[in-house]
Amino acid sequence: MTAPATSRPVPAARARRLPGWATSMLVVLVGLVVLSITATLTGQLQLTSAGTAQAAVQLLLPILFAGLGGLWAERAGVINLGLEGMMILGTWGAAWAGYQWGPWAALAAGAVFGALGGLLHAVATVTFGVNHIVSGVAITLLGAGVTKYLSTLLFLPVSANPRQSPPLRGFDSFSITPLTDVLDALVRANLVFVTDVAGILQGLLTGLTPTVLLGALAVPVTYLLLWRTAFGLRLRSCGENPVAAESLGVSVYTYKYIAVIVSGGLAGLGGAALVLNPGQLGYLEGQTGGRGYIGLAAMIFGNWRPGGLLAGSALFGYVDALQLRAGGDAVHALLYAGTILAVLVAVLWFAQRYWLAAVWALVAGLVVYLVYFFVDTIPSQFAAFAPQIVTLLVLAVASQRLRPPAADGLEYRRGEGD
Amino acid sequence: MSRLQTTLLPPLLAVLFAALLCSIALLISGDNPGAALAVMVTQLGAGTTAVDVINTGAVYYIAGLAVAVGFKMKLFNIGVEGQFRIAACVAAIVGGLLPLPPVLHVIVILLTGMLVGMLWALVPALLRAYRGVSEVISTIMLNAVATGVIAWLISPAAFGFVQGNNISTPPIAPTGHFPGIDLGPSGTIFGMVFVAALLGVGYWFLLGRTRFGFELTASGESPTAATAGGVEARRMVLIAMLMSGAVAGLIGLPEVLGREHAYTLVAPQGYGFTGIAIALLGRNHPAGIAVGALLWAFLDKSALALDNIGVPREIVLIMQGVIVLSVVVAYEIVRRYAMAAEQRRVAAELRAQQQPVAEGAAT
Repeated sequence: MTAPATSRPVPAARARRLPGWATSMLVVLVGLVVLSITATLTGQLQLTSAGTAQAAVQLLLPILFAGLGGLWAERAGVINLGLEGMMILGTWGAAWAGYQWGPWAALAAGAVFGALGGLLHAVATVTFGVNHIVSGVAITLLGAGVTKYLSTLLFLPVSANPRQSPPLRGFDSFSITPLTDVLDALVRANLVFVTDVAGILQGLLTGLTPTVLLGALAVPVTYLLLWRTAFGLRLRSCGENPVAAESLGVSVYTYKYIAVIVSGGLAGLGGAALVLNPGQLGYLEGQTGGRGYIGLAAMIFGNWRPGGLLAGSALFGYVDALQLRAGGDAVHALLYAGTILAVLVAVLWFAQRYWLAAVWALVAGLVVYLVYFFVDTIPSQFAAFAPQIVTLLVLAVASQRLRPPAADGLEYRRGEGD
Repeated sequence: MSRLQTTLLPPLLAVLFAALLCSIALLISGDNPGAALAVMVTQLGAGTTAVDVINTGAVYYIAGLAVAVGFKMKLFNIGVEGQFRIAACVAAIVGGLLPLPPVLHVIVILLTGMLVGMLWALVPALLRAYRGVSEVISTIMLNAVATGVIAWLISPAAFGFVQGNNISTPPIAPTGHFPGIDLGPSGTIFGMVFVAALLGVGYWFLLGRTRFGFELTASGESPTAATAGGVEARRMVLIAMLMSGAVAGLIGLPEVLGREHAYTLVAPQGYGFTGIAIALLGRNHPAGIAVGALLWAFLDKSALALDNIGVPREIVLIMQGVIVLSVVVAYEIVRRYAMAAEQRRVAAELRAQQQPVAEGAAT
């Protein structure tokens, strides 16, 4: 193919592209710098405090697990809108097993209950070819119903409340002490940027539980399994082109079943992570609060990749934590960070000669800054759905660059390929 | 199988299957399914239950219609939930603040509800039409945003009206009440029930009997064929989504106009998701949706009666969930079976026709 003479010259940056890991490191670094500048200039120290980071980890875990669940299913070509329902099943299972046999049983039972929901979704969508979204909505309705019934039956006699489980024993949390002590010293040293980074790192390394470690492991394990093994290649081929996979001897049904059951199990683990949250141990009706859907949004935010998904859930968890710990003023300061980010993006795009996009980024930055300037604080009710607004914006701006699996959500029947 | 059989058999099977499954669950938990069923049927004669079923059924009917408009075009408006809640809230605020003469007051509230529902659906419609963003995800996000906006609108800082322990929108003056039919001890039928019925007729006529309805269904069945036939797909997406939002804007109003006369912080939620279930049950047909809505409302009301005889009321939720899931599976099985039968019939007919030709060619 010959490019027309009028086409834009290929930017130099495109020629020597950074490897993926370096790009992600760069993004994290830029994010930290922006947060640090914002915290310094607006005086909102909670933005980079250890407490915020620690709370963010606990809040991102359920979203991360749900998002990974969505990733597994969609990579095999099954849209899983039932994540929310499977998560609800997971919370109940985790609480039921947890109050009797301890936190490890809670994790296992949460995964098993979620996987049962996943099995149901697989039977409906893979075997019977029911529309994936319809089946997902139905499973969410069913999951909520089943847990309410079971709670009345089994929790009411022991907790005297049909909407709540008896209290359970959580994991003992631990910190990586020598490191956190050093970081604590750095925080107290009160140096620009160093203090901010140290604060966040300290939060990430304090109050750890096995659930957190499991979440931290699940991301690389998912990546290795799905992108670096023959099993993963076959599973993803079912999501890209099931007919081609079939012609190569892959049992598409089996792989889809595995993927959707694992997906449900991960969503159930997300539910267990909610139940085992040290701040609020136990099952409470309605405690998932749409986190299954947010997990799905985080996955789309991350362009159907584990790393991006981690970034998406970190963003959601962080905003949530900030809003809970420091309220509307801190979220208000985030608008300032948004302005800096928009300007940075605009500069980057100018350098790459995307003129129009750069101008739009500048305009967006200006609008955000004006909001920041004229509004004193964000009402807590608005701050609560900041993650959803961010998702909508990302979808509106970047939807053309997102690349879902090619056969995502399409019906496939064995032996009917053309 | 005749068309009637393929339409009626799946939902009947689904309800029976759900009843069977729930009976087993009840037996395991040590309750008597026979007594439960008897109580569910006899409750209809007692107190206001029958009227309650009709009133709730009307709400569900509007919800089912709102979802079905989107389904007709293969649009999954999961956002009916958010659209109806924010519409009911804003309509109640407008109704509570504006002093208007009797009939006009109600009309303004209804129109406000439809307009707000439409506006809330406009965002996903635009995103879908111009940016290719799946309406499923964007509407789910907007549901959460609606929850936050409503919480703010009702807060005392904005339009909240504190009365004792309850916070609501400012109460609507009697001029803005939709009169119902008072049946004495049996309760009062919402006037909005008739609006719901009219909506159903309008839905049937618009989608089943007009060129517009044909174009809408066609672009849902096959966007490429519709485009080739001169239907602009983008416009159809916008219209279908906005119509769905406008109908959704009415869902909360039977209760606001007929009973509460305000939108409270504890106003019921979940009608949007119920609407999805009911549209599936009724296969997007106005009559089917009506049956589904009444069945759903009947099951809802059964919860109370079951509670009275000591059966866990949540069994109703399981029954509803099983019905939805099994009805979609049943429709799919019947569709496949009917299609295979059709293929066999056509193949047999073709063979019968080709026989003489083949013999003629041989000689």
